[in-house]
Amino acid sequence: MKARKVTAAAAAVLALSVTATACGSDDKDDKGSGGKKITIGIKFDQPGVGLKTPDGYTGFDVDVATYVAKELGYEAGDIEWKETPSADRETALQRGDVKFIAASYSINDERKEKVDFAGPYLLAHQDLLVRSDDKISKGTDLNGKKLCSVTGSTSAQNVKKEIAPKAQLREYGTYSECIDGLGSGAVDALTTDDSILAGYAAQEQYKGKYKLAGLKLTNENYGIGIKKGDSKLEDQINKALEKMVKDKSWDKAVKKNFGPANYKNEPAPKIGDIVK
Amino acid sequence: MFDFLEDYDLLEAFWMTVKLTVFAGIGSLVWGTLLAAMRVSPVPVMRWFGTAYVNIVRNIPLTVIIVFSSLGLADVFGITLGAGDDVDTMTFRLAVLGLGAYTAAFVCEAVRSGINTVPVGQAEAARALGLSFSQVLGLIVLPQAFRSVIGPLTNVLIALTKNTTVAAAIGVAEAALLMKEMIENEAQLFLITAIFAFGFVVLTLPTGLILGWLGKRLAVKR
Repeated sequence: MKARKVTAAAAAVLALSVTATACGSDDKDDKGSGGKKITIGIKFDQPGVGLKTPDGYTGFDVDVATYVAKELGYEAGDIEWKETPSADRETALQRGDVKFIAASYSINDERKEKVDFAGPYLLAHQDLLVRSDDKISKGTDLNGKKLCSVTGSTSAQNVKKEIAPKAQLREYGTYSECIDGLGSGAVDALTTDDSILAGYAAQEQYKGKYKLAGLKLTNENYGIGIKKGDSKLEDQINKALEKMVKDKSWDKAVKKNFGPANYKNEPAPKIGDIVK
Repeated sequence: MFDFLEDYDLLEAFWMTVKLTVFAGIGSLVWGTLLAAMRVSPVPVMRWFGTAYVNIVRNIPLTVIIVFSSLGLADVFGITLGAGDDVDTMTFRLAVLGLGAYTAAFVCEAVRSGINTVPVGQAEAARALGLSFSQVLGLIVLPQAFRSVIGPLTNVLIALTKNTTVAAAIGVAEAALLMKEMIENEAQLFLITAIFAFGFVVLTLPTGLILGWLGKRLAVKR
């Protein structure tokens, strides 16, 4: 008797979950074909690039994604933003959780094997954020200095392997854990893409305290990640990006998001033109 | 499929995991045993301290302890544990400190449960012979207690091995940190995760088997 009860309960749970998942996938189909909603992957924790705030989402990636979505036929209100942390980006695209990803996503060969890229839409460089009164003019000046970056990030690896192997690298989970150390003197510099650093330097509470060193240590070509093989979407996004540059919306977005940090941006990259 | 592995030093990363486990393991065994002694001691202040320590520390998430040891102890209070300006050594020692302090709470409870398995008559007989508290504990009770808690202590050690991955949060170059780097570069989430999962099986399975066998052989039959 007891065994039967358990089986019945299990069957009920199973049936429920099957119907629940069925509902879920139905919804998703509607979004895709009906053209009502679009899900876009961004970062939630990078000021200037992709940031979730109490009043919504801000940042350059968000502006680019909104523009592209508009060209694809979705109004700003139709966009569902989804956080895609670095480790999760390829799987999110492969599973179809997001239509495309604009999340400081640098184009490289390993990633190209898994996903396709539209763009690039921005050329960023690895750079340093230092205290305003500090003088660092080249990468090797970092040897012996204390440097902070995010665990496992490309920037941290570059410092360890190429730029300044003798630098003292602190690695934390987020840049926010680094930035207070910069203020208190526990670290001398913060390193990642200059676009992200500009976003931090431009934040109200840090204005004037920190500056970008402007070293251009690497080239990071930000692309829009899409599911492998979706060449139709790739063309559409590329067209949208070209239009965005042409009608000056691109310049406006750069100025709005990075401007306050005195960020000297590269000119808008040409589609498919990857700077090594 | 596995050719990208050549670019990474898996062994070095897992060696760091082993080092973290061993040092934190020794530290927590010593400190945990002391805490257990405090919890059964006749001095109320020590009993109170032992209880408070265990109940507070084991309820703080390990990530909080580890990140505090780096952001708090090192950056704010300037405690570098004798590592001077060498960041790698400093974060390693801070991680050992954090892991040891946390694991000690669990070691303490395991040892205390072992003490409870020793019949009261043993301690009473020892006291009747005129042994002091530390002699009763060190010569009569703890040797018997340890032999009966090898199993639980093995579980604590295995948990510690896996917990070392939290040290990646402050940049100790161990397995989890290498895993993050590899995922960032290679975009091969499942393959890389599987490799590291396998690595931890290689570390923990033999530990469990050997110590389990030892525990059976040494257990006091009552």
